[in-house]
Amino acid sequence: MSFKTNCLAAVAGLALLCGTAQAQTLRYANQGELKSLDPYTVNETTTHAHLGHPYEGLIRRGKNLEILPGLAESWTISDDGKTWRFALRKGVKFHGGEDFTADDVVFSADRARAPGSNVQTRVPTGTKVVKIDDHTVEFQLTSPNPILHYQWDTWYILSKTWAEKNNSTAPTPASATTPTFASLNANGTGAFKVESHQPGVKTVFKVNENWWNKSPEHNLKEIVFTPIASDATRVAALLSGEVDVIEPVPIQDIQRVNGTGTVQVLTGPELRTIFLGMDQVRDELVESSVKGKNPFKDIRVRKAFYQAIDIETIKTRVMRGLATPSPLMIAPELFPHTGFTRAKFDATEAKKLLTDAGYPDGFTVGMDCPNDRYVNDGQICQAVVGMLARIGVKVNLNAQPKGQYFAKVLKPGGYNTSFYLLGWTPGTSDSHNVLFDIMGCRDNPASSRGEANVAGYCNKKVDELTDKIIVEADKAKRDAMIKEAFQIAADDFGYIPLHQQALAWGVSKKVKLTQRADNAVHFQYAVKE
Amino acid sequence: MFAFILRRLFQSLIVMLSVALIAFAMFRFVGDPVNQIVSIDTPQAQVAEIRRSLGLDDPFLVQFARYIWNAARLEFGVSYQFRLPVISLLGERAPATLELALMSALFSLVVGIPMGVYTALKRESWLAKVFQAVSLIGISLPTFLIGILLIYLFSVTLGVLPSFGRGEVVRLGSWWTTGLLTVSGLKALVLPSITLGLFQMTLIMRLVRAEMLEVLRADYIKFARARGLKTRAVHFGHALKNTLVPVITIAGLQLGSIIAFAIITETVFQWPGMGQLFLRSVQNVDIPIMAAYLMLISFLFVTINLAVDLLYAAVDPRLRATVGAH
Amino acid sequence: MSTSSEAPSRWSRIRDSDILASFLKSKVTMVAAFVVLILFIGAAFSPWLAPTNPFDPATVFLADSMIPPAWQDGGEARFILGTDDQGRDLYSAILYGMRVSLIVGGLGVALAASIGITLGLLAGYLGGRVDAVIMRIADVQLTFPAILIALLIDGVVRGLFKSASREDTAIYVLVISIGLSFWVQYARTIRGSTLVERNKDYVMAARLVGLPAPLIMLRHVLPNVIGPVLVILTINLGLAVITEATLSFLGVGLPATQPSLGTLISIGNRYLFSGDWWIVAFPGITLAALVLAVNLLGDWLRDALNPRLR
Repeated sequence: MSFKTNCLAAVAGLALLCGTAQAQTLRYANQGELKSLDPYTVNETTTHAHLGHPYEGLIRRGKNLEILPGLAESWTISDDGKTWRFALRKGVKFHGGEDFTADDVVFSADRARAPGSNVQTRVPTGTKVVKIDDHTVEFQLTSPNPILHYQWDTWYILSKTWAEKNNSTAPTPASATTPTFASLNANGTGAFKVESHQPGVKTVFKVNENWWNKSPEHNLKEIVFTPIASDATRVAALLSGEVDVIEPVPIQDIQRVNGTGTVQVLTGPELRTIFLGMDQVRDELVESSVKGKNPFKDIRVRKAFYQAIDIETIKTRVMRGLATPSPLMIAPELFPHTGFTRAKFDATEAKKLLTDAGYPDGFTVGMDCPNDRYVNDGQICQAVVGMLARIGVKVNLNAQPKGQYFAKVLKPGGYNTSFYLLGWTPGTSDSHNVLFDIMGCRDNPASSRGEANVAGYCNKKVDELTDKIIVEADKAKRDAMIKEAFQIAADDFGYIPLHQQALAWGVSKKVKLTQRADNAVHFQYAVKE
Repeated sequence: MFAFILRRLFQSLIVMLSVALIAFAMFRFVGDPVNQIVSIDTPQAQVAEIRRSLGLDDPFLVQFARYIWNAARLEFGVSYQFRLPVISLLGERAPATLELALMSALFSLVVGIPMGVYTALKRESWLAKVFQAVSLIGISLPTFLIGILLIYLFSVTLGVLPSFGRGEVVRLGSWWTTGLLTVSGLKALVLPSITLGLFQMTLIMRLVRAEMLEVLRADYIKFARARGLKTRAVHFGHALKNTLVPVITIAGLQLGSIIAFAIITETVFQWPGMGQLFLRSVQNVDIPIMAAYLMLISFLFVTINLAVDLLYAAVDPRLRATVGAH
Repeated sequence: MSTSSEAPSRWSRIRDSDILASFLKSKVTMVAAFVVLILFIGAAFSPWLAPTNPFDPATVFLADSMIPPAWQDGGEARFILGTDDQGRDLYSAILYGMRVSLIVGGLGVALAASIGITLGLLAGYLGGRVDAVIMRIADVQLTFPAILIALLIDGVVRGLFKSASREDTAIYVLVISIGLSFWVQYARTIRGSTLVERNKDYVMAARLVGLPAPLIMLRHVLPNVIGPVLVILTINLGLAVITEATLSFLGVGLPATQPSLGTLISIGNRYLFSGDWWIVAFPGITLAALVLAVNLLGDWLRDALNPRLR
């Protein structure tokens, strides 16, 4: 009897397998962990990418980062630029069966601005979110903002009834002693549902049969995600066929991975710009042999540092060709580099500039650098140390893990650095963010301007232009002002932009995948044989 | 005897308290946890609010007292990075670490003891010398390199064993998960167990060898020989038996350090255990997890130590007399 | 005062053990000793033996990076063992790195042994409360693997000397971490043997004639309990070098601008899959040879010093 049952079960199982032969399981490993399923607690690219499977925003970004309708089918902007009206998609259901309505958008806007949320900037302060009818929402702003929706692809909409039922109306605050339901469970409208989630260990997504998009591009029935932090282990897992997709592939392993024939590396430019910053605020540097004055306040010293760096050798040797040297602090995909060139690498000229500035024998300066954040960041810094040594500058390199590095150099650590390497991707995919956060003057403590301007570069003309740029709706005028601002900063040698690093995803040849420049791994477009 | 147990218990409590103090104090220096919670563009006022709500503005002693009080109730707070209770994160990962530790301890005993016996009995044979030299390789290369070499050989080149994770696990009871009941789970255990156990194996092999050599010189062995007992009976009946007592003791004491040193093995093999969680926490300055992990490890050590001490006291009347005299 | 109540002195034991004869008898030991000697000389005289100074960034050219060993295609005669990812000559880097490793390991182990022996003697000889306190400290200590101690000390140093650069502090951090994490073994071993020794007749006799306790401990007990320590010392030297390598792997070791053998291995580790094998292979082989040879010497020393084994 029991034999017969087993047999039937086996036959049934086989039939099931046969019936769904098209649908595949995709196994994916990333360097980082998926810490919380609550989409408002961690503001970080990889987490947003993961949560883009169960959740959706009002807009989507397409394969080329173009803005596409998401949960909002269309929108209109009033003439004064202050009122945005969104028409919501009809007939959309959350995974739990709840209907998607305007109430959910209003609720999500409140939740995103609640204490404990890390995505508060998605909805500008003072904005009123008004439900017009079940499928229309209005955002009433205090000042015009043409890029209001730019980051909304990662402002995910939650179900109001679900959140209220499960006591998750606010994001889990860090001091909470019990986690909210939403950090362990997800209920979105997206293409995949969360089947199981063990934080930092494994997360399984199952296909959402009731997705509003009836003709999905993917053919997956399941995504199994495991974080693998160690580079070598992650590459080994891909090479041995234990996983189908990994991100990132260390650039030195790309050739080897491509050489196997069963897997390949997708590479492309990333939007992040890697740059060097020099403290221009303090009257005496935190760590330097120069006492009583700050050498970086002298433009000749900044220019000397710039020209001492042989960016091409860094590109070919450290980055193995997978980097685009950049004259600007923003990627060319986000603002065209036409008309800008990097100051030429010229060690002799650099040495002369240092002598002119009064440092014929150079000086000693400390440098801070992360060693696990950007592609080969530690090696880049070491290379910079060597290049500066040749113009007589002795650099004491302090390369450390990102947690400790950020704690030291960023605002909460009191910008405690003299010379540092940092990477920046404007979250809005727009130049304004760079001009405001990285290049804005830090002199007004009440303003958030220049919060990430660790170097403290300051030019009031840039600030003036930045303030005009945020409210300017005319694209041509706006671009001209952005160009002018970037030109001023470049002429000041306020920063030393290095390059845009490359993305490198390891993908099994059985999988077809689109690589997006913001490095978000989305499997909505994945097809596996 | 009762007084002795009481005193040892009291001492253990003091040990736990000092570990708690050190654990708590050390991470005040490693980094600012608030940085891990906020993103770069979080407004300053909010940063201050988070700092206040975490109690990071309170005096050191107040923070410490609060920590002890909570720890006594197994309340280790919420992880900064996962926003989940630390105790449930550690609990979820404990089975993985304990299974790995047990398997590598088993590996080191099963391989180490016979190798030790052989090298002691046939001191001059070439095989014994090979054993000795080979076993030394286990402590001549850093663990992380051994692990990666094993992965390279058995996963990438030969493709016979998995390179990461626990394979398929079976849930037993409410929280224990085991990889011992599935083929993929057992396969996944092989490489990490060897990597982690290699060092202990060398240690045990050398210990067994040294103890055997000592015991073989002892008078009662000479008497046994003189009585005409067969060599085999002398070696395994008397010598090995007497060797094993200290060996098992050391192995027991080492169990704690195996768990502690699993940090590196777990990192290399992406083993979802407590050590890996701990290291990630150090990198992310996740103080609640780090502190709880230290407390847990020291509790384990203290318990094992206490058990060993009590056993010794019960077994060895001389030690008991000495201890009792003071 | 009669010397008959004392145990035989260290020197007489070494003389009686025919240590030289036993050394000459063992080929393995002689090879090991030779290897250790070569490596120690290489480390000690690295500034003269190495063609370049890998610690001077001004002489290292990024354009020279990733050159394979001289005998391979693409190799260059000026870099016998090839170069690493920054263009450092590997041969020079290994010599300099080994020096750093041996200094860190040697000082760390010396620190561990001095703490351990002192505390072990005190605990074993005095017993009672002193013993209890020391052994409980040892318990606490065992809880913290070297990695944790390194993090702790690194954090403290950073907290105390905010502007100090990692290049200046790393060595001290490592030495203290190794010293603090390795001493327990010495303390326990010494305490164990001291517990046995202190009840022996010669110690009793010394006590009866009224010798002060520190003198008894140093002159009478120590020589009789130190045997196992020598063995632990040698094994620990290897272990310390490896611990330093592991700490580099975890990011708290010596900086990549002043690489130790361990730092070189963890750098090379990244290039294991990409075919640039020499970056990890040569430092790895050097490290393994060093540790192996030191351990073999330790083994021989243990057997040679144990009169019962002859």
